[in-house]
Amino acid sequence: MTLRSAVTLSVEAVSHAYPALPVLDGITLTIPAGQVTVLVGPSGCGKSTLLAILGGMLHPSAGQVRMAGPVAADCLNPLTYVFQDFALLPWRSVAGNISLVLEGSRLSRAARQARIAEVLALTGLAPFAAAWPKQLSGGMRQRLGIARALAVRPAVLLMDEPLSALDAQTRALLLEEFSDLIARSGVTTVYVTHTLSEAVRLGQQIVVLSRRPGRIREIVRLDRPLTGRRAADPDLLATEAHLWDLIRADAADADRELDLA
Amino acid sequence: MLTPRTPTGNSTLHKIPFRAGGFAPQPLPLVGALTLIGLLLLWQAGASLGWISTRFLSDPLAILRALWILLVSGELWSHLSASLVRLAWGWLAGTLAGLAVGLLLGLFSLARAAGMAVVSALFPVPKIALVPLFIIWFGIGEGSKVITLAFGVFFPTVINVLAGVDGVPRNLIRMAQSFGLSRWAILLKIILPGALPSVLAGFRITSSTAIILLVAAEMIGAEHGIGAFVLSAGNLYDTDNLLAGIAVLSVLGLAVAWIIGWLERKLLAWR
Repeated sequence: MTLRSAVTLSVEAVSHAYPALPVLDGITLTIPAGQVTVLVGPSGCGKSTLLAILGGMLHPSAGQVRMAGPVAADCLNPLTYVFQDFALLPWRSVAGNISLVLEGSRLSRAARQARIAEVLALTGLAPFAAAWPKQLSGGMRQRLGIARALAVRPAVLLMDEPLSALDAQTRALLLEEFSDLIARSGVTTVYVTHTLSEAVRLGQQIVVLSRRPGRIREIVRLDRPLTGRRAADPDLLATEAHLWDLIRADAADADRELDLA
Repeated sequence: MLTPRTPTGNSTLHKIPFRAGGFAPQPLPLVGALTLIGLLLLWQAGASLGWISTRFLSDPLAILRALWILLVSGELWSHLSASLVRLAWGWLAGTLAGLAVGLLLGLFSLARAAGMAVVSALFPVPKIALVPLFIIWFGIGEGSKVITLAFGVFFPTVINVLAGVDGVPRNLIRMAQSFGLSRWAILLKIILPGALPSVLAGFRITSSTAIILLVAAEMIGAEHGIGAFVLSAGNLYDTDNLLAGIAVLSVLGLAVAWIIGWLERKLLAWR
């Protein structure tokens, strides 16, 4: 599946505050087309809030996000999320969960079935098409999350800590698969994580946010293609160490903070 | 026997005692049936040996005999069918109205704010107390009985539907919104199936409420119906028929519970 997305997002002076709790402060940023932008930062820095604003799920208190570039004709939902908690309907089968996001569309029944079959094959879920979500392992549930997202042929994939509910081994496996799927599809991706090793494996632009209220501390570029990146690559390890240097003090402070949200 | 040991520093090997037994209920399906049969046998023996006065408590065989006579004479069916028709209409009307109002309260803030006050005020009223009022309004016939049942079923249904709608995980609704599903699709594909377990749990409550109210309403002015039959048998000191009527009610309750259990297994296989 190629999604070769030419869609760019521009974040313009976005700030957000929940009642009496500022979480984002003056974020200006370009999400380049066809690349992976990773948002990292200490707990509570507003990474997920920014992701919700990017996809139109939250009104920022100030500023705006604009989208530029042509959306492909077969795209049913330009800004598409993959959720940390998978957000699967327990009363629908694996295939039914994918069907859900295609049912209201203009696609014919046959076209819907073809898309379901395609994304099931792409994520290795084809043998489980009729299973209930409760029968799947955590890894398979998130594969279903990504299959559902790919089924609408998104222009921008918005991934909110998609691996953090999984165990370390499953995380390592899925990270490789995500990296491969994203590299092959060429979809513009925004990936939120607090795991720096994920950030350097996937990120071409790594945005480091400061502690709440989140401001951009630094934007780190990693121009190597995703394919061929290995966990032990010296340049990735060096970047990971640099990211940790940027975040460490903030993370320690955030850890000592009372929850005011 | 577990004997406390203090560390002695010697290197004798001890078997590690198992400490995690118990507190795990086992399914013992035969025991339930055997207990019931045993109690019936004891009851029968007590009556046959004269320990139990059959004037006050008929023995199981006499009750079975009474049931048989009611069955072959067609009397049982004339009472049971009258009761079943009232039960069906009353429960259905109360359930449909409760589903509609419960959904309205669940989906719209204004309806919830206004409706919850009314529901909270009327829910605790014992519905039997309203029977005389319903008789004044709808007459002594079928209308007042069906309305009593419907009224009694309505409130618990509203509350369970509301709880079901509130219990639908917000993350699923947000997911659906993020994929651009219409409000109508979200209602049909997320909220209704998500609320279904709570709605079906409500059916368990409302079906037994309906049977209680059915019998109560039939005891106030009805010629036919299990409630009326039990009451008239009592007036005649006819404990055989009285207990036969109660046995029919027990079977009715079991049958309704079985139907709801079957519905749950069919509709909630995904759980």
